[in-house]
Amino acid sequence: MTAAIELRDTTRTFGTVVALDHVSLEITSGEFFALLGPSGSGKTTCLRLIAGFDRPDSGRILLDGEDVTDTPPYERNLNTVFQDYALFPHMTVAENVAYGLRVRRVGSADRRRRAAEMLDLVRLGEYGDRRPAQLSGGQRQRVALARALINRPKVLLLDEPLGALDLKLREEMQAELKGLQQRLGITFVFVTHDQGEALSMADRIAVFSQGRIEQLDTPRALYTRPRTAFVASFVGGANVIEGATAERLTGRRSPFAIRPELIDVLPDDSSAADGSITCSGVLEDVLYHGSSSRCHVRVDESTVLAAARAESAGAAPLPANGARVRVAWRPASMVPLEVG
Amino acid sequence: MLRHVSTFLHGRNAFYVSLLLLPPLLWLGTIYLGSLFALLMQSFYAIDDFTAKIVPELTLRTYRQLVTQPANVDIVLRTITMAVAVTVASAVIAFPVANYMARYAGPKMKAFFYVGVMLPMWTSYLVKVYAWRLILAKQGIVSWGFASLGLGSTLDAVLATPVIGGPSLASSYIGMFIVFVYMWLPFMILPLAAALERVPESLLQASADLGARPSQTFRNVVLPLALPGLAAGSIFTFSLTLGDYIIPSVVGAPGYFVGMMVYQQQGTAGNMPLAAAFSVVPIVLIAGYLAFARRLGAFDAL
Repeated sequence: MTAAIELRDTTRTFGTVVALDHVSLEITSGEFFALLGPSGSGKTTCLRLIAGFDRPDSGRILLDGEDVTDTPPYERNLNTVFQDYALFPHMTVAENVAYGLRVRRVGSADRRRRAAEMLDLVRLGEYGDRRPAQLSGGQRQRVALARALINRPKVLLLDEPLGALDLKLREEMQAELKGLQQRLGITFVFVTHDQGEALSMADRIAVFSQGRIEQLDTPRALYTRPRTAFVASFVGGANVIEGATAERLTGRRSPFAIRPELIDVLPDDSSAADGSITCSGVLEDVLYHGSSSRCHVRVDESTVLAAARAESAGAAPLPANGARVRVAWRPASMVPLEVG
Repeated sequence: MLRHVSTFLHGRNAFYVSLLLLPPLLWLGTIYLGSLFALLMQSFYAIDDFTAKIVPELTLRTYRQLVTQPANVDIVLRTITMAVAVTVASAVIAFPVANYMARYAGPKMKAFFYVGVMLPMWTSYLVKVYAWRLILAKQGIVSWGFASLGLGSTLDAVLATPVIGGPSLASSYIGMFIVFVYMWLPFMILPLAAALERVPESLLQASADLGARPSQTFRNVVLPLALPGLAAGSIFTFSLTLGDYIIPSVVGAPGYFVGMMVYQQQGTAGNMPLAAAFSVVPIVLIAGYLAFARRLGAFDAL
């Protein structure tokens, strides 16, 4: 089966900055795919290349097996939801949604009917006559979605579409987008810097760092089996332990990662379960997050471990800041990392 | 002391604002609007044909003279035609320049273009007009250039065009048109560039993304969003051409323009009411043009 989207060894540089460094990538048809990374990691450049707003210095881009590297955006069968929504301010909501049909010379009656259908799909049926400026952020987002979907693209590209929304709305839209993608069965490619968003929505995630893909995996594999120190700390905020500290704790100098929720914080005099790896340290501070508390324990000069304690654990109260404590975890919790 | 004033003003916003606004409003109200009103009043008086004295009685006689005398109607029509032609030409020339400045030029190139566009405005207006008369003269550099390229006959053919032609560029409406466009072009480029700069790149990308070819994007997105700038620029070029009296008297064919009539009627002829009536013409035309631009939706995005 040919991939819906394929990047073959694409490179894009801006002056001396390498935005995308020999990236190859295949996205399967019908997949919800996330491009995850911090700003400047190359994920947005990657999306712009797929959309056709930019061209690679080298490498090819294929859609459905067809080379589109030199095809302008208006001849590619995909649509984009922009970060700033990019709604046309001089058109009504319905005109915005119908724009893709208008430029393809669809008759006005047909246009109006299908725009109304799309607005119903995103639950904005009543808002067709308004101007974009009269809508809230969440509503504009849904208009942008309806406008991008009206051409029935095979691929929908989303550039940080939830970035401008507040937390509650963002969570609602995550569920809505996921549901929409499953109903329509089209490929979604989603750019985000929010690892929680990527983990909860995507089928597969490509983690970008400095113009390269660090790891490409399912959300669970990324979270439980990060391959590099960057992925371990960027996705889920794992502790990365390297060098002398790793050697002191495990006897081997190879780096490993461990999730905060898999580390127990115990009073200094208590003994840990058999077989656990333990070490003592100083409790620097505790941040209360509601569902859990995050403790920072300094175990040596260069290493501060983050440990999460679930609120539901209801265990003995933590010692005061500055007290000596003991941290412990099972050997199986450790994830060995590639030396980068 | 100053601190007491500040403390007193703090929280008394309305008082503070009116204190700031009073002097300019007084100036605007009495000197500017007052004199405009006095001028308008004059146009409703008429001159006594025998004594050549102004009769301070309200009458529409002067306006009747303006719209019924063929010579006066000709002047108004000639001025409007020139103003429309200059505006359209300025817009056509300015658009690519403004678009380049707003969208494609790097910071250095942009600064260069802004300075380049404004540079002619730092020179005296009269110097430029007289310079143009020399440039366009029969033995001027333009005819010389045409002749050197072996195109002298082409220039002659163009100048042989009835009405807009003439013995030389400097004494034809074509020459006057060239000078007008040169003079007012910056007033079109600058607001247009400002309007185009406010159009986010993502709107153009969104249009292309939805399947619009560049020409469709231009028609459906760029042009409507540039309309406020185009309207502002065309108001400048249109009204400046309507009111100017120096360019038509230095360059071009001998036909009169509204500005020249105003100058002449209030000066040598001493017919203040007719001068006032003539100066009402641009006001009415601009008001009509603004209403038209508003109906086109030029100010929707403001």
